[in-house]
Amino acid sequence: MTDALTSTTSAPVPEKRSGRGPWATALSRLRRSRSAVLSSLVLLIIIVMCALAPFYASLAGSDPFRSNLGGKIMLNGAEVAVMQPSTTGLGLGVSPIGPTWTTQYMLGADTQGRDVAARLLYGGRNSLFIAGAATVICLILSAVIGIVAGFSGGVVDMVLSRIMDVLWAFPVYLLAISLSIVLLNSSFSIGPFTVTSGSLILPIGIIGVIYVPYVARPVRSKVLTLRNSEFVLASVGLGMPVHRVLTRDILPNVVPTLIVFVPILLALAIVTESALSFLSIGVQPPDASWGTIIQDGQTLLYSRPMVALAPGVAIAVTVLALNVLGDCLRDALDPRFKLG
Amino acid sequence: MNRRTLFTLFGAGLALASTTSLVSAQSRADLMAAHRGGTLKLVARAAGGTIDPQVNYTLQYWQLYQSVYDGLVAFQKGNGIDGTVLVPDLAEAIPEATNDGKTYVFKLRQGIKFSDGSDLGVDDVVASFQRIFKVSSPTSGTFYNGIVGADACIADPATCTLEGGVIGDAAAGTVTINLVAPDPEFFFKIAVPHAAILPAEAPTTDVGVEPIPGTGAYMFTTYNPNDSLVMVRNPNFVEWSEQAQPDGYVDSIEYAFGLTDEGEVTAVQNGQADWMFDQPPTDRLAEIGTNYADQVHVNPLTAFWYAPMNVNVAPFNDVRVRQALNYAIDRNALVGIFGGQVLAQPVCQILPPGFPGHEDTCMYTKDPGTTWSAPDLEKAQALVDESGTKGMDITVITEDAVVSRDVGTYIASVLTDLGYNASVKAISSNIQFTYIQNTNNNVQISISQWYQDYPAASNFLNVLLSCASFHPGSDSSVNIAGFCDEGIDARMQAAMAQAVTDPEAANAEWAKIDQAMMEQAPMAPLFTPKHVDFLSKRVQNFNFSNQFQWVMAMSWVQ
Repeated sequence: MTDALTSTTSAPVPEKRSGRGPWATALSRLRRSRSAVLSSLVLLIIIVMCALAPFYASLAGSDPFRSNLGGKIMLNGAEVAVMQPSTTGLGLGVSPIGPTWTTQYMLGADTQGRDVAARLLYGGRNSLFIAGAATVICLILSAVIGIVAGFSGGVVDMVLSRIMDVLWAFPVYLLAISLSIVLLNSSFSIGPFTVTSGSLILPIGIIGVIYVPYVARPVRSKVLTLRNSEFVLASVGLGMPVHRVLTRDILPNVVPTLIVFVPILLALAIVTESALSFLSIGVQPPDASWGTIIQDGQTLLYSRPMVALAPGVAIAVTVLALNVLGDCLRDALDPRFKLG
Repeated sequence: MNRRTLFTLFGAGLALASTTSLVSAQSRADLMAAHRGGTLKLVARAAGGTIDPQVNYTLQYWQLYQSVYDGLVAFQKGNGIDGTVLVPDLAEAIPEATNDGKTYVFKLRQGIKFSDGSDLGVDDVVASFQRIFKVSSPTSGTFYNGIVGADACIADPATCTLEGGVIGDAAAGTVTINLVAPDPEFFFKIAVPHAAILPAEAPTTDVGVEPIPGTGAYMFTTYNPNDSLVMVRNPNFVEWSEQAQPDGYVDSIEYAFGLTDEGEVTAVQNGQADWMFDQPPTDRLAEIGTNYADQVHVNPLTAFWYAPMNVNVAPFNDVRVRQALNYAIDRNALVGIFGGQVLAQPVCQILPPGFPGHEDTCMYTKDPGTTWSAPDLEKAQALVDESGTKGMDITVITEDAVVSRDVGTYIASVLTDLGYNASVKAISSNIQFTYIQNTNNNVQISISQWYQDYPAASNFLNVLLSCASFHPGSDSSVNIAGFCDEGIDARMQAAMAQAVTDPEAANAEWAKIDQAMMEQAPMAPLFTPKHVDFLSKRVQNFNFSNQFQWVMAMSWVQ
């Protein structure tokens, strides 16, 4: 009896649940999405190829940053000039060699006799680096501005929001072009650091800044909602310091919003960098980016379209992959969304 | 002058025998009867700015002014080198100098009318010379500052009278021009459009888009820089000199603006346009040279592309660095960038081939002699090593136009090979020429071009490299290198003075001055270009003047 009584009065121990957190759930959703996997794979391939640019350049035996106007290569057992003078009619014009589909000058040469494929890979490194760095800058600035504006409210919110409104009122490209032209004309110093006119820091900084309103405003909206949520009110009511509320309660809930913006910002930054470089106000020669290569190829559209086409395709594929990944990421992080 | 502000190009022109023989075979009257009429359709990427002949300083419009305005003298409307010959225009004859070469008396032709119907008189001539200063013509301080009274006009343009400098005698029908000192280039200077004779009532400010009446065979009717320019026959024109101002074959000329270079080529190919002002883009050259060879005319220019090196800024303040770059440049490679050997010729001296004072010589080549053969990289590297400047940062400033940017990229590549940290900065063609002139911008090296204003050696050497052409801190300092050698300057002054009495000896001296300058290497001459004219099938009797390029009035379209 005693034993039986004992056994009936003991409280039942609930079985420990093994539920996944929101991040693991999102990752699991992404893994199950074919679009996400495919776009990630494409991006990975592009990044790896660009990382291997020096390997290809050494294999091709060409320096993608130096002119090779008098160069010759062996093609099908014969020595061929990289820059080929016209031999018909009046003999006007000199054309760079077209795609050879071999390791040397696989995609042909540009107007300086440089290997387009090698420049495409090196250019991709710069384009991706600029886009990545600009995205990080943009996200940090946006998070700080959005959180401070949203949580503080009042005058601080009004001032920061109006600054964002003013920035956003300028067409993005007009703002980027204006900043580039001003800053590219001369070097400038910030404290002990000097930024030269050809530095990659310029396009990174410019692109990082111009898209801040694009991200900061949704972040502010999210913070406005969070500020009045019960767990934040509870923290404030318990006398938590503001910085603890911001870092423990607000920031973790804003991070998913920021993450969703990563691929979108990367795509925007790649396109913007290309546009600036195409207009000679982004990456400066002899450095390359996909935009500068398109600019190089602009004068060869008629006779050697591959020079402009190759970086154009690279941009299109990368941006498409980023946009698809962005959509998948948004869906994966949305707790209301059910993957089919 | 620079390609964008230039006017006359050309140099040792090769006469197009086929076209000239065509004209000589038949009388001009027969040709006029057979071919008179029709409309010539021209296209260009953009308009050339103000229509005012005393202000505009572009080849694009100086070419048109030849058939609209006249000076006291003119460059003959002819083919090749004939186009550089001076002939009397509104004056009855080219006068002999008196007063030790300082005074010229011009007798005006009678019966000439402006396109608005008013008669040409000596008052118009006097007022036109005054107007040069009143509108602050770009060359008022360089071409016409030798006229007595010019100093006062430059100091206070609004009250310019050129007192004692330009004197009209209505009764005698003469205009007397007094100079401060003899000037062997005086007639050249008054044969360009800035010295065009306009009605005395012409506004004394830049007229912008409002045409001023002229005395030529055609007159401007409408001008919209964003759209088009139209020229029709001057109803009051009566031909007085076929050499100076021939009557034109076509009835009107329509100039459309706004096409791309590619679009211009296509328009001419399709017969929608008769001629394109801009040079065909490089990737269309092979196509038009092959498929449209009979519509293409290639003519040499008295011009050169060069890389001025700032002799006052490191590392180019060391002559060894400047010489090293001259040795290292593969000029054949640059010729390729411009379109190949048919379109350009390597040079390593300042005066272009065929130009007065030019003597074939090249010190910066593998085997120094009369012509450039190959770069001497060993010597270049040794000079750089000696200078101790390796590793320095150098920025090459180019225009954002295709060829300029490509040339700059190549020069940067050469500098990298020599051990420098070189980069290229391409800036808008609209501002690059003034930007590289201003010493405040600390430009180390740039890419530029110079085309002759008139056929005289001083127009290259004295203009580009004299102490007087160097104005620190100014956008108008055409001595881009900042080169100032008082010894060479004195020799140039002496050569200009000698040209008054002994032009041949002066030209021999200019050749030596050219070499002396290149020993100091304030610039790297790169190549001398040729000009491509691409015309529609219907344009016949093409004549290329070495002074003003295509003489439109001499061509017909039907």
